[in-house]
Amino acid sequence: MAESSVNNGVNVGALLAAREALRSAPQAARFTWRASCKWQNGTHSHTKVQGFHGLGEEQKHKTEFSFEADHPEVFASEDLGATPVEHVLVALASCLTAGVAAVAQNRGIQLRSVEAKLEGSMDIQGILGIDSDVRNGYDDIKVTFHIDADASKKEIEAIVAQSQKRSAVYDIITNPTNVSVEVV
Amino acid sequence: MVLERGEVANSWRRERWDSLRLLTPNWQSRLPGYRYEGADPDGFMTMTDVIAFVSRFAVVAAAPVRTHTTVTSVRQTGEGYDVTTDKGDLRCRTVVLASGACNLANVPSLRQDVPTSVECLSALDYRNPGQLPEGGVLIVGASATGVQLADEIHRSGREVTLSVGEHVRLPRTYRDRDVLWWMDASGIWNQRYDEIDDLTRARRLPSPQLVGTPERTALDLNALTAAGVEIVGRLAAVRDGRALFSGGLRNQVALADLKMARLLDTFDDWARRHTRDADVGPPGRFEPTRLPASSRLDLDLRSGEIRSIIWATGFRPDYSWLDVPVVDRKGQLRHDGGVVDAPGLYAIGLPVLRRRKSTFIHGAEDDARDLIDHLACYLANTSARRSAATSGYASERQSS
Repeated sequence: MAESSVNNGVNVGALLAAREALRSAPQAARFTWRASCKWQNGTHSHTKVQGFHGLGEEQKHKTEFSFEADHPEVFASEDLGATPVEHVLVALASCLTAGVAAVAQNRGIQLRSVEAKLEGSMDIQGILGIDSDVRNGYDDIKVTFHIDADASKKEIEAIVAQSQKRSAVYDIITNPTNVSVEVV
Repeated sequence: MVLERGEVANSWRRERWDSLRLLTPNWQSRLPGYRYEGADPDGFMTMTDVIAFVSRFAVVAAAPVRTHTTVTSVRQTGEGYDVTTDKGDLRCRTVVLASGACNLANVPSLRQDVPTSVECLSALDYRNPGQLPEGGVLIVGASATGVQLADEIHRSGREVTLSVGEHVRLPRTYRDRDVLWWMDASGIWNQRYDEIDDLTRARRLPSPQLVGTPERTALDLNALTAAGVEIVGRLAAVRDGRALFSGGLRNQVALADLKMARLLDTFDDWARRHTRDADVGPPGRFEPTRLPASSRLDLDLRSGEIRSIIWATGFRPDYSWLDVPVVDRKGQLRHDGGVVDAPGLYAIGLPVLRRRKSTFIHGAEDDARDLIDHLACYLANTSARRSAATSGYASERQSS
């Protein structure tokens, strides 16, 4: 349990209360997340998120968030946003980092700074259709955390391991997910 | 009376592979007023030994066992329970469910996506490598069962791929003592269910990567890798005939290494606090689990490389005969330390039922004492409330 002096800005009490509440009402634990994307021009697109479903009803972010995606000039694009595969790194980094803060709070460990560097490597012969034996996506993702906290190296390693264990994005990337794409 | 569907020690006779030995050293095999008295206290019983040990206890304890009696239904009545068996019906005021947690193989539903050219066995079906077709074997699950079968089948000359999810790494010996000596001596095994932070998690903990052999060797992933077993991540899906493994293997082994190190810290602390450092060997730490730079993420099950799959994915209890609404949506019994959520109904021999040691042979005694106290009080109280006394007797369904 969190010690009173430790504050990473995570309301662990509320999270643990939600966990207890959802244990007896598992149907409310089912969430649907949404994004709406609109093509701009070339490889540039604009994606917005605001509404989602959870706890048995429609929910809404306080404001609408939007994301530009494009490709860099070496791909002969306008470079008006991060590439979609970089957005994947953003998602993984932010998910693991949020997890680090929550786990540290739960374990009563004060964080001073948490930085993560991510590198995803990919052979673009896949997406260019040069070699069908090469996969399109990342063949390796490396995450390096630099964490300054009131804790031993072992404790920090344990926090990072637990963060991966409970991370949705880490799970999405490391395990297959059914994806259905329709045209209506 | 004790109802037994087969013979005494039935599941040890019928539901174990040939080479299996207990994970606990012989000196830990103790039941009320009864213990191992052979010449090899640090050895591990074979199934023949276990069957003899349990059968002799039934005789010594003069347990009123009715063998070859299968319970087909237990129903609640106003007075207690109606127990239907294939040898007739019984009425009793209390029932103790002692059928255990390992009646059925817990095979994941993705089993149905495996191509029919690959033979599938569960850990309950497996007896020895001779049962398997020649060729590669995929073993799914790396708890005690999975690592033991991986080792045995690899020794039979087959290529073995081991799919590893969440697991518990343990050394066989630490500081010259058996790791289970440490669990016992340091008091961890005696931790009560109501003192454990996350009881649900403790009850779901996979069995440790251990084997009982005369050589007392460790059987962790490093040992298997060194022998030539290929380690892959958790089996996540079978799609178009291809097995897809998780890319999260590195974190699974990191978690297991960290947890083992924490456990060894606990042992060291205990030895220091109880001035036992001189009785045991020097402290040390084990090499982290080695993995190749990248583990295989998929395997074509139609290529002929894999001819059989063994599902070492755990077990679950079978309560299909229990017509009392005390089983939750996950198929687990609702109980508080073995006192089931129905008056006069009890359970024994389930994971962390009342203590961490509840599923081990030597763990039965303390749990049984606690539950019998509760049961006796229950009978006394209900008898007092009842004007017409009925002849009450307890009935157990015993399988292991």
